[in-house]
Amino acid sequence: MARRESLAKKSAWTLVAWAIGFVMFFPIFWTGIAAFKSEADAYSLPRTWLTSPWTLENFAIVQARSNYLQYVFNTTVIAVLSTLLGLAFAIPAAWGMAFQPETKPSVNLSGKAWALILLFFFAVTAAIALSVGWRMTDNPLLGLALILLFGLPIAAWVWTRRTGDKLLWMLSTKMMPPAGALIPIYLIFNRNGLVFRQWGGVDLGDWNLIDTFAGMVPLMMLLNLPIVIWMLYTYFKEIPFEILEAARMDGAGLWQELSKVLAPMAVPGIASTLLLNVILSWNEAFWTLNLTNKNAAPLSFFISEYSSPEGQFWAKLSAASLMAIAPIMVLGWFSQRQLVRGLTFGAVK
Amino acid sequence: MATRQGQALGRLAVAPAVAALAAWSIVPLALAIYYAFLHYQLDNPDNTFFAGWSNFYYFVTDPFFAKDLFNTVALVLLVLAITIAGGVLLAILLDRPMWGQGIVRVMVISPFFIMPTVSALVWKNLMMHPVYGFFAHVWRAFGLTPVDWFASIPLLSVGIIVGWQWLPFATLILLTALQSLDLEQKDAAQMDGAGTVDFFRHITLPHLMRPITVVILIETIFLLNVFAEIKVTSVGGLAGNLTYLVFSQLNDANDVGEAAAGGLIAVVLANLVSAFLVRIVGRNLEA
Repeated sequence: MARRESLAKKSAWTLVAWAIGFVMFFPIFWTGIAAFKSEADAYSLPRTWLTSPWTLENFAIVQARSNYLQYVFNTTVIAVLSTLLGLAFAIPAAWGMAFQPETKPSVNLSGKAWALILLFFFAVTAAIALSVGWRMTDNPLLGLALILLFGLPIAAWVWTRRTGDKLLWMLSTKMMPPAGALIPIYLIFNRNGLVFRQWGGVDLGDWNLIDTFAGMVPLMMLLNLPIVIWMLYTYFKEIPFEILEAARMDGAGLWQELSKVLAPMAVPGIASTLLLNVILSWNEAFWTLNLTNKNAAPLSFFISEYSSPEGQFWAKLSAASLMAIAPIMVLGWFSQRQLVRGLTFGAVK
Repeated sequence: MATRQGQALGRLAVAPAVAALAAWSIVPLALAIYYAFLHYQLDNPDNTFFAGWSNFYYFVTDPFFAKDLFNTVALVLLVLAITIAGGVLLAILLDRPMWGQGIVRVMVISPFFIMPTVSALVWKNLMMHPVYGFFAHVWRAFGLTPVDWFASIPLLSVGIIVGWQWLPFATLILLTALQSLDLEQKDAAQMDGAGTVDFFRHITLPHLMRPITVVILIETIFLLNVFAEIKVTSVGGLAGNLTYLVFSQLNDANDVGEAAAGGLIAVVLANLVSAFLVRIVGRNLEA
């Protein structure tokens, strides 16, 4: 028997819920109001918001002053390209892990043996680095060799894990705090980075990825790749294996299996993943604030410019903010469930 | 069963992603370790030499370090408190039958889609400005002296903004979990005469324990790294966290070595936390 709520009770809950919902939404609502007021009115808002005149001038001013559309373009390019690039990596990976899972490690070494191997390589790396005086400015090849010496054993360990462990490792890369990666990435992007200043006889004096799409797109892709792979993986996992087997019984080859059976069933999952990834990269604000300032600067950077303004700026800030958040907020409304799934790595569906 | 050929193809398909993520996680780490032991300042790159542990020593003895470490932890706990308590209440509320549930839901979750720089500046100015802000008007309407939020309680102010952004996330996840609570279970409990409080304590809360754990762990990862909200509200000196301190070592002091050392400390901190997350999500994966 279903629970029957009385009309009064339902009305009461409705009232409370709407009140709280409005409180949560209020700052956005208020921004929306201020965006259509003159600067002077924006500063006297609560008293006059119904009576003061409405205007569209802020939007024109924001565009005229700072070429606002350029930032919209930059944001879109970074979000869309990084998403597509991410899918190019993630779709095969998720397919492989969901449909061709490896149930045991491909190299049979105990954890202790692996730990010893890794320690040995770390020790060798450190010994070489210390013995050459730690200065690698003029010797990029040595720097690269040391990175490989340090990294390849780790990569080998990851590569030989079974699928479940690979997935967890991918998740763990998302936990690398940006503060830890900031210095290396900044220096790799910047021509002053020690390792990249020269490459053999080639002078890399013109090397620069700061404030370029060539730098931001792959970076954004890597930031979200673990989430993208996980989300796709959980979607692919739900495609029943029996369907594939039936197709195989009917004599479908691998290509037919992929294109005729799997692809149509994977489209909704891919679309959801795409949506989530666009939202995440649209709103990213650590790397964009640190690595862009003009040419490839997205909206999150543009808005941050209002942190030290001159004169009255609330109406313009509101107008700019409204344009920056509106498209992605609407996208977000339609992707609530995917969001839960993607951001909890499939733990809550 | 997977064929041998399929298995090989599967490994091949996974390879690019593993390679990309391996490069992404290993190269910065290796370089961070390298720079952390280097005396290297951007404005004087020719005077670069092996510095031993001194970068770590200077970072940890920096007057800001203890304060910012405390702020980092305090901000995480503050926002977790806001979002978990608020999230449970909101989720239960939104789970009730009502008119216009979809619209309320949209209003509640909207803050999550606002980019951090926007929410920080909108809150700092339109809401929390000590003279013209909305709160100042409300305070005066009640005959109180308006609060100068960012000057007098900067950490709490940042916490409120970040809490507002993450409350929808907690609500959404807890609501999703609540909706999977079996209707029959609800009815059975009601027939047994369980009151609202009993029902919450013995059925709702236990059912929410797992999603709450997930929310805590995932939010913690992101909250340890709060940056934009602190930077654009210009409270880095008053309520900065470790992330901000690393940024300012690079940006204001031009000190690559010390910033890298600070970054490594942040990595260790984050790893302590994430060790738990991997374990719990891993357990869910097996289940």
